[in-house]
Amino acid sequence: MWRDALLVAGKDLRIEARSRVALGQVAPFGVVALVLFAFALGPDPTPLRRGAPGLFWVAVLFSTVLAVQRSVSVESADGARDGLRLAGLDPAGLFLGKAAAVAAQLLVLEAVLGAGVVVLFGVRVTDPLLVVGSCLLGAVGLAASGTLYGALSAGLRVKETLLPFLLLPVVVPVLLAGTKLWQAGVAGGTPADGTPWLHLLLAFDAVYVAFGVLVFGPIQESA
Amino acid sequence: MAPAASPSSVPLPAVSLRGAVALSGRFPLLAGADLDVARGEVVLVEGPNGAGKTSLLRVCAGLVPLAAGEISVLGLDPVRKRTAVRRRIGLLAHGSHLYDDLTVRENIRFAVRAAGGDVGRIPAACERLGLTGRLLATPAAKLSAGQRRRVALAVLVARSPELWLLDEPHAGLDASARSLVYDLVAEASSIGATVVVASHEPELTEELADRAVLVVGGRIVSERSCGRTTDSSVTDSSVTDSRPSSVDDEARGGAVAAPGSADSGTNQAVVHVA
Repeated sequence: MWRDALLVAGKDLRIEARSRVALGQVAPFGVVALVLFAFALGPDPTPLRRGAPGLFWVAVLFSTVLAVQRSVSVESADGARDGLRLAGLDPAGLFLGKAAAVAAQLLVLEAVLGAGVVVLFGVRVTDPLLVVGSCLLGAVGLAASGTLYGALSAGLRVKETLLPFLLLPVVVPVLLAGTKLWQAGVAGGTPADGTPWLHLLLAFDAVYVAFGVLVFGPIQESA
Repeated sequence: MAPAASPSSVPLPAVSLRGAVALSGRFPLLAGADLDVARGEVVLVEGPNGAGKTSLLRVCAGLVPLAAGEISVLGLDPVRKRTAVRRRIGLLAHGSHLYDDLTVRENIRFAVRAAGGDVGRIPAACERLGLTGRLLATPAAKLSAGQRRRVALAVLVARSPELWLLDEPHAGLDASARSLVYDLVAEASSIGATVVVASHEPELTEELADRAVLVVGGRIVSERSCGRTTDSSVTDSSVTDSRPSSVDDEARGGAVAAPGSADSGTNQAVVHVA
């Protein structure tokens, strides 16, 4: 399983390194979304700083949809998904590999968007551990759930429109927990104990990673 | 290529289908197909467009589950034991299963490693398929259709599976590559691999084949012996089993036989099968 996961993650990351879709298209999209939020909220820095945690995570969620769609589309061309199935890869390894590659890309996106929030909204991070921890756990959860729902929608003709519809509602816990953790970790946010929200993120990650390991094979076969 | 399983040492057929029904939604892909392919045999699958040739190969590869009927591939259920079966078979499909952003070398390496194959065989396979020099470092996106086909064939050669399932292997290939496909099938067969070839151009493989089966409407309606069969005499007026004599009798036990319809009419024995 781990060998297959490493193989698939390496392949997906190599494809990303060549195509630079995440860095060249998805990240700029996220930054543009942040800029649009800033325009919508006006020039007053107070509401911007107050809303920055939520805006950051909304931008991450939208970027996640694009990153997952890219991960799915890589396997849609030229019968590549059949190639993976025919290789006899361990489905759990395949899921973990695809999810790990998406998670790695999301971490880079979060770094770019985090820098964008700091620069555009004037946010000052007071508890880097909380902020970084929420980004790490959030990336894992978003990648696991995204890979799972991406596989579910992969065989459908309407996958581009169906994926956000399926994915965005189920990642609300990540949005909530991530936002609360960021609020606790930046200056001017709501001081709060982040532990319950960290637990929520951990639980979300555990559920979707376990669920993906168990059901990715049947989903892949029926897609 | 590494030797595959010896035809004479394994009693079970490489492929056995009994009343195989496969569906895509409510559309029947296979409608009760019966087929036995013995180990080491080369079988040509013929039929008009939409007859079910590709579906037959995809069912054999375990990519399409049966809605009814029975299937055994290399002695195993290709759906329940999919990992074990898939690592022993190679399917050359319509798609080349290549990633456009990876180079030829990276694509082949990934495919062989993913299937648990020996990467040490890759250089020889590439050489065999004419994939050398700068071509190896070329992204798949920049390859022609014929070159993509060559890469897919190189993966197959490097993996050296026990069962080769070739779907229109000559499509998009130039004359020299078509001749190469012929040689590859001959080599695979010579080391005991089983080959099932679906083709609209039977003349390109017929000489190598033991048998040709005709698929119409998702069923195998007739079969005939082909060029490679040394003993082409008809032993029964209704059923011909033209497989190599080295094949164990047990493997022959399930030979397709039923009252049937089509007559593909060649110089060889014509069989009537349902």
